[in-house]
Amino acid sequence: MSSQSWTGRARRATLEKFKPEDLLPEEQPAYVASWVYVFGVATIAALVMLIASGLVLTLNGPAWWHTSSVGHYVNSVHLWSVELFFVFMVVHLWGKFWMAAWRGRRLATWITGVVAFMASIMTAFTGYLIQTNFDSQWIASEAKDGFNSMGIGAYFNALNTGQAILLHVSLLPLALGGIVAWHIILVRRKGVVPPIDNDVTIEGSSK
Amino acid sequence: MQLALINLNHPAHYFSFGPFAISGGNLAIIIAMCVIFIAALFIPFPHSNNFSQDDKKEDRK
Amino acid sequence: MMKVDPAKKWSGPMRPYDLVKEIVVAIVVIGLLACGLAALFSSPDEKAVTLKSWVTAAPADFAQVATGELAGTTGSAGYGAPYNTAAKGQHFGFIKLQDWAGVRIPINPANSFVVEPLLISNDATAIAAVNTWKAATADQRGKWANAYEGALTKAGDKTTLPDPNNSFGPVPAMIDGLSMMAASGALDGALLTSDSTLPTNFTKPMLFLADSDGYFGALATKQHLGGDQWGVMNETGSWPGQSWLWLFSFWYQIDPFKSSDNADTIIMLIMALLTLALMFLPLLPIIRRIPYKIPVHRLIWRNWYRSPASKQ
Ligand code: HEM
Repeated sequence: MSSQSWTGRARRATLEKFKPEDLLPEEQPAYVASWVYVFGVATIAALVMLIASGLVLTLNGPAWWHTSSVGHYVNSVHLWSVELFFVFMVVHLWGKFWMAAWRGRRLATWITGVVAFMASIMTAFTGYLIQTNFDSQWIASEAKDGFNSMGIGAYFNALNTGQAILLHVSLLPLALGGIVAWHIILVRRKGVVPPIDNDVTIEGSSK
Repeated sequence: MQLALINLNHPAHYFSFGPFAISGGNLAIIIAMCVIFIAALFIPFPHSNNFSQDDKKEDRK
Repeated sequence: MMKVDPAKKWSGPMRPYDLVKEIVVAIVVIGLLACGLAALFSSPDEKAVTLKSWVTAAPADFAQVATGELAGTTGSAGYGAPYNTAAKGQHFGFIKLQDWAGVRIPINPANSFVVEPLLISNDATAIAAVNTWKAATADQRGKWANAYEGALTKAGDKTTLPDPNNSFGPVPAMIDGLSMMAASGALDGALLTSDSTLPTNFTKPMLFLADSDGYFGALATKQHLGGDQWGVMNETGSWPGQSWLWLFSFWYQIDPFKSSDNADTIIMLIMALLTLALMFLPLLPIIRRIPYKIPVHRLIWRNWYRSPASKQ
């Protein structure tokens, strides 16, 4: 059954590339035994907390948390999840650097990681823009100069709070979620990179 | 609306050296990051000592 | 040592591992951590400022900046793209991204911030003054506004001045009217609703506010948020801010950038380049060898390197 239908091709390009036990494994190579490995998952967990607290914040509109103590607490959970998210991500990045985890055709994993980092910075930044308080006013007025100097400000206007709100709650988190999913699928697909051994000379790609 | 056990709503303390200036809050986060990384390098990972070449089958259970 | 090709599927020994358990435990632990930190430290919320709070707290600064909008001497009046053509904008060599993007958010500060709001007020004196202003030549308007701005700046904390030499024209009446309008809160509404009746876009009131170094800028400097104070990564109060922006913030602290008129363009370009470098770090000659030369990996995989399996 090697039909040329789009559906068949889509299945072969996706589902059939994975064995179920590669996607949800119950064992890992013996060398996967260090706390350094938990920071990718820790970053995901912080992202889950971010999305959960963020969704609660959306329920009553962007200015709710100024007047409600429940709202302020949820905002605090959201903020501290951001700090944890970045701490874990940076520790993860350091770990992957010292393991040279791009070896063996894993360059795309590294690159999707960096793109996730950049997408996170933009998502966090738009979050800061929509606090609807003095901090957001000041950040907007400073950031507009940076964006304008690159010609970006003509399209992304930091002073347009409505635009920042919609970007922060729709396009940017969706893009971040998509790139993180891609990153993780690549990791599962290739398997965890083996230790650096003296006799191995293979770089980013082998053969 | 501040319901905090520790009140951070006061002017920050800044540490500066030459052109560098960093707030106590940011410094704390950066130090925490370094401490976490170093801890992750050194703290032994549970059950990581008990493999050898023929553990392979036993481990699978 | 065992020969390992990192591009091939691992065929060596395995250890048991529970992916789903790891994720669930991580979410619970980190969820508790985030909720705990939130309860311990809360989060900052410095009240937003308005044109009304500005004119109330610093009426002389408001009068000076508003006159500056008429004289064309403020930041936004001389900005260039994307608001107007008053300047060429920032560039780096022949790269003139700001200018190339063009005027896409057209704003003429004298008209948008002063003339138009006054025309919808019901202040007869101010409206008569605006009509005089509109009837005058551009040259004459410039003379009036510059003279009044100079006099206000010299007077320091005065919000309005008499005109014994008849050199300010209608400007004092316009500024008095605008100050009154701002004090009542009507100016915030007028600037906000000038393009849309149910707005979510604060460009006009924010640009006006941002022209104020004496009030808006001073509030930020007090909170250590200024661009030359590493402000990009700082937060109000004593909370941590966007510390991940440290490298971006860094360039603004040192020469030649901090004294350059094109600092924003140059620093944004440097950061774009460094981001590309991080992205393609695995291909960069010397840097990609660092993890081999400084063997932190010996620590990470110490148990593996010690195990008999690795020595096959
Ligand atoms: C939103 C941010 C990110 C998330 C959620 C994330 C998540 C993960 C997870 C769950 C893994 C597998 C488990 C592990 O080894 O920790 C992983 C592996 C990896 N990550 Fe990330 N990551 C992120 C950002 C980054 C960044 C910024 C980089 C580097 C620039 C990066 C580079 C890598 C590499 C190279 C691997 C493969 C490691 C291997 O094969 O052993 N990641 N990531």
